[in-house]
Amino acid sequence: MKRSTWMAATLIGAGLLAAGAAPASARDLTVVSWGGTYQDAQREIYFKPYAKLTGKPLLDESWDGGIGVVTAKVKAGSPNWDVVQVEAEELALGCADGLYEKIDWSKIGSKDGFLPSAVNECGVGAIVWSTALSYDADKLKDGPKSWKDFWDTKKFPGKRSLRKSAKYALEFALMADGVEPSKVYDVLATPAGVDRAFKKLDEIKSSIVWWESGAQPLQLLSSGEVVMAAAYNGRITGINKTEKKHFKVVWPGSIYAVDSWVILKGAENKDAGLDFIAFASKPENQVKLPQYVAYGLPVKAAAKMVPADQQADLPTAPENLAQAIPINVDFWVDNSEALTKRFNAWLAQ
Amino acid sequence: MNVALRGRLVGLALVAPLLLFLAGFFVWPLVTMMQGAVSDPIAARTLPTTARATANWDRQSPPTPEMKAALAHDLAALKQDQVVGDLTRRLNSAQSGFRTLMSRTMSAVREQGPDVDLSAVDKRWNDIKFWQPIAEAAASRYTDRYLLAALDMDRDAAGDIVTLPESQSANKAILARTFFVSGLVTLFCIVIGLPYAMLAVSVTGWLRGVLLAAVLLPLWTSLLVRTAAWFILLQDNGLINRGLMALGLIDRPLALIFNRTGVVIAMTHVLLPFMVLPIFSVLLAVPRNLMPAAASLGAPPLRAFWRVLLPLSVRGIVSGSLLVFMAAIGYYITPALIGGPTDQMISYVIAFYATGAANWGMAGALGVILLVATLLLYAVYQRLASDKAMGI
Repeated sequence: MKRSTWMAATLIGAGLLAAGAAPASARDLTVVSWGGTYQDAQREIYFKPYAKLTGKPLLDESWDGGIGVVTAKVKAGSPNWDVVQVEAEELALGCADGLYEKIDWSKIGSKDGFLPSAVNECGVGAIVWSTALSYDADKLKDGPKSWKDFWDTKKFPGKRSLRKSAKYALEFALMADGVEPSKVYDVLATPAGVDRAFKKLDEIKSSIVWWESGAQPLQLLSSGEVVMAAAYNGRITGINKTEKKHFKVVWPGSIYAVDSWVILKGAENKDAGLDFIAFASKPENQVKLPQYVAYGLPVKAAAKMVPADQQADLPTAPENLAQAIPINVDFWVDNSEALTKRFNAWLAQ
Repeated sequence: MNVALRGRLVGLALVAPLLLFLAGFFVWPLVTMMQGAVSDPIAARTLPTTARATANWDRQSPPTPEMKAALAHDLAALKQDQVVGDLTRRLNSAQSGFRTLMSRTMSAVREQGPDVDLSAVDKRWNDIKFWQPIAEAAASRYTDRYLLAALDMDRDAAGDIVTLPESQSANKAILARTFFVSGLVTLFCIVIGLPYAMLAVSVTGWLRGVLLAAVLLPLWTSLLVRTAAWFILLQDNGLINRGLMALGLIDRPLALIFNRTGVVIAMTHVLLPFMVLPIFSVLLAVPRNLMPAAASLGAPPLRAFWRVLLPLSVRGIVSGSLLVFMAAIGYYITPALIGGPTDQMISYVIAFYATGAANWGMAGALGVILLVATLLLYAVYQRLASDKAMGI
């Protein structure tokens, strides 16, 4: 009796050890993006066709960003993601920190075929997207025209919504305070400029509802909880289509940025990953994106092929670009931690 | 083999999985986190020459050519990008600007070798505010800067501890708020949970089943779903406000969302099962004839409750309170979705440092502060909840 107990315990122990030590079986190519309607579109035009083409399954997951997530995965060794779509800031930070594989551009295509900001030694541009002032035209007939109007709680009473981050909030505050869009980062680079932005945010602090995920501002606008919001342009056009809303995008003063595909350092399927990125960068594949979500295309040949009626909603349309500014990645890479700390402290007061 | 020894070994083998599990998933992460809060080896390891060159620097006078040459020499020896990244992240967290400064300097060092003139690469290398963090970081493998920063403090250039103004750093205020909100939620859980558990014990059959299901079913639903449901109920055009307006009780929507009220309502609902179930199981063991006995001895219902039933249910209330309170201090999603900016709790700040900034030293330090504060409260609870203190 005793003996058999001994045996059982040993077997259980050995079984546990074996389960822990068994080598992981080969993992399918795993692509990670931003979720929501955007990833639904990517699944239709990139993931499924690519899996069909190669005859191998492709897993897709979603994430909410954060360089800490990528750092943790790479530092732990053999990350469980291969290809990830990252924001410009994560691209710059991760590339400097050696978290991504270097891109073999000869497998992707000519660098001249891309917008300059979409070419990086660690990443390939996937979309051009914009954060812009938005409102429901069904509820506000004569809507806001600028960030000045966003701050004008007399003319437009009610709550408004901003992304809960120092990034964007500080830039928009300075534009509302009369700083030329092109000068925003010059002003923000000085301590006095940062103080000025926080002071401007103080003016409407009690009227701001802060959002964290891209779907929230749309929901807040739909329910009438807020009268206007800073939102991602692709989602606005998307909800107009799917739910027959009339949300308007105010392009002057919007801030655009490029998202890129990267391959995590040491990823098991890095070759397949590079091949997938090349597939997603082919003009004939990329051109299908704007009919689902209105994001600009970094591949010049694809951008040219977009039908005119979809062109008008893209951040890359010349008339939309006119008074928009690009996000200053260098500024945020340097100052993100310090300004976020201050922003959180400011919020908590 | 000795029989007694064998018996002990069998016993050990049987609990071995549990011990391994505890060591691997509880003790080890905890120790790593606490270590991360004070260890700071990256600069001392990667910049040995610079550490020697800055050891006697007064941290006020301009950087010397020797210091610059030492740094260029150390940087040239760094071959791995990830090591450079760790160093850069550490320095940029102390002084904004190191990100671009280091990337420019590293490419210059790699192109021109260790003899490059740093001042020519970037004039920021003439600025002492970029040298102070280097000297400080390279001097020791351990640091108190994360723990100080977690308590809103910092060291100034002379090395003295200074308290940061609340407009710069608000961790203490947020920590205090975390405990306050958790306490408030615990209180409301007791106020609702105790009568509810008593009601559930007093009925039998299908009625008890329904009452318990009403508590248990939400417990099995995703936290996010429950929080989203409260979002829909509490908003200005939500069910509650529209209902009250239709009844004519109010003429303009009550502010139920994006403030403390909403957070406390939603968290109380989400955590209620953890209060009801312990009280329920304690009350179940109470003989049903005690209340009639108290009545027969002349105690009015309220007195019977106060002197008989309440003391008997204290054990359930105390363990329920502990469960609710401990769960509440880690809450993140509910305050983020239902609360306003002044309702965020400490886990929000920890999550920012862990996933947003990859500053694990800071996340670890805040975790240690939270752990210590919680252990102190737990010690107080242990004293209060000891059988003697409860008079049982």
